Amino acid sequence: MADPELYPADIHHEHASLAVTERPLARAALMALAFGFLAIFLLLPLVVVFEQAFSRGIGAFFEAINEHDTLAAIRLTLLVAVISVPLNLVFGVAAAWAIAKFEFKGKAFLITLIDLPFSVSPVISGLVYVLLFGTASLLGPWLKLHGIVILFAVPGIVLATVFVTFPFVARELIPLMQEQGTGDEEAALSLGANGWQTFWHVTLPNIKWGLLYGVLLCNARAMGEFGAVSVVSGHIRGLTNTMPLHVEILYNEYNAVGAFAVASVLAGLALVTLVLKTLLELRYGAEIAATRGH
Amino acid sequence: MEVRVSNVRKEFDRFPALRDVSLDIRSGELIALLGPSGSGKTTLLRLIAGLERPTRGTIFFGDEDASNRTIQERNVGFVFQHYALFRHMTVADNIGFGLKVRPSAKRPTKAEIRRRASELLDLVQLSGLEKRYPAQLSGGQRQRVALARAMAIEPKVLLLDEPFGALDAQVRRELRRWLREIHDATGHTTIFVTHDQEEALELADRVVVMSQGRIEQIGTADEVYDTPNSPFVYGFIGESSSLPVKVEDGQVWISDRPIGLTAPELPDGEATLYFRPHDIELLDECNGCIAGTVAASRRVAGTRRVELEIGGGRERIEIELPVGHPAAQKSRVAFRPKRWKVFPKPVEG
Repeated sequence: MADPELYPADIHHEHASLAVTERPLARAALMALAFGFLAIFLLLPLVVVFEQAFSRGIGAFFEAINEHDTLAAIRLTLLVAVISVPLNLVFGVAAAWAIAKFEFKGKAFLITLIDLPFSVSPVISGLVYVLLFGTASLLGPWLKLHGIVILFAVPGIVLATVFVTFPFVARELIPLMQEQGTGDEEAALSLGANGWQTFWHVTLPNIKWGLLYGVLLCNARAMGEFGAVSVVSGHIRGLTNTMPLHVEILYNEYNAVGAFAVASVLAGLALVTLVLKTLLELRYGAEIAATRGH
Repeated sequence: MEVRVSNVRKEFDRFPALRDVSLDIRSGELIALLGPSGSGKTTLLRLIAGLERPTRGTIFFGDEDASNRTIQERNVGFVFQHYALFRHMTVADNIGFGLKVRPSAKRPTKAEIRRRASELLDLVQLSGLEKRYPAQLSGGQRQRVALARAMAIEPKVLLLDEPFGALDAQVRRELRRWLREIHDATGHTTIFVTHDQEEALELADRVVVMSQGRIEQIGTADEVYDTPNSPFVYGFIGESSSLPVKVEDGQVWISDRPIGLTAPELPDGEATLYFRPHDIELLDECNGCIAGTVAASRRVAGTRRVELEIGGGRERIEIELPVGHPAAQKSRVAFRPKRWKVFPKPVEG
């Protein structure tokens, strides 16, 4: 639809070189499309978030942040991230190791399972925990008897977050480790290293950049998760509200400045993650290419 | 260290990669495991290393049964086809790795490890490259580092899996000679896997020819080249020509004519005659010979390859003549192989 003049070049085979390199006009159009799309769907909303947050001045912004429930929400979000990201780091490395370095029955099934949190709606993942731990469930009475509180409390939020963010680390590592094979590990073992030394001195340095990407993505999602957490949290202000949930509550109360102030902090955390990733890529670009390319 | 492989069988998912293999390797010997891909040579090497466990059978290191020892306990130096150097470590750290991971009681000091790494770098002729990373080395240099790293742990046995497989021809030849020198200097029992017969014949004290999970022949380069003991070895090592023949009363026949060769130990029946294309004598008159029509002739380096059509069966074989030999101009050539072997046709099934 873009440029009718492109068609003759495609049809006439003597102009084959023209068929693969677009004309300047088409190239400009493609780039404009890409940048325009990004600007409208990504950059603009981000600008609006910050613009709204500061719409009544810096004072109002800090006032909104420096509120008891808001601070509690920030603390809770950070706590959940601090617990669930390391858990998924360990699970992810273990799962990727098993899948990439061993042959066993049910491997394809395991890979599908790892993708499950991506394919299932987060709300459903949250509901699963309600069904599992709620008062009407099998486990519910037993938990109550022993005074263990999972639903509508921090453990439930952590569980839901771990579930939703599980694939990030594993997904990042599996192709990387599969590509690297087992040669380096075998070499280390043949030189007398035990399993732990092999992992620490050989495997981990080989996967560290992939692992870091996975952890950063996992962290971004852990802080931003809404659906699953919303189901299991119970929305108790100052207690079980994470930042995304708190944003929604404030927004529903027509507290635009408060909602956008918290949203801007959340967005800020995500931006820090992104900037960190970009800085690392700039600083260690050659090394990353080397460990990935081999 | 002597290595004895005794009736070893290895299956992967019920598929036998090695069937009942036995092999005695003498201390200080340089042995080549030679065979096409899928012959089980790498599996045998990995079994000796302890990277795989045999399904059945035993592997002895000296008098000791090593079958249930882990690879760490076996103390073998293993060199991988694709080097498997640790890319985030310098050359010196790579070589020192095996010493660094030792339990503290047996671990040399840092200075000692560094000194040892330098020594080994001298041995592999890469002095001064301690601080380089593997990515900054050529393929040949990487393989030398890999060998130095394997030797750093003072292994009982040195195992090399297609050590020169990923290198170009020039570097291969160079490293081949160099490996022989290192072996003569250090005296390690060394086993290397290769699919390159030239490499095996030139380098090894003894060559183990393998096919389809079995050992076909074990012998010196001369033995496996001059007296192959099976059609496979004849076909796999060096050039060979083969012709379907018949054995009757110990005489070898092609269609309806005896060709002047006798095989008294063979039973009557169908068989195949093998010989080297260059190992023949030309005959002027044919009373008991192989005669054929020249179908094609081409110059290959210092010799002339002549393709002959034999008898009514339209079988084609090749012989080799010196360049400029008058027989190459003739339309019919009669010859008799000087060294040859007849193998009875294998029973089908």
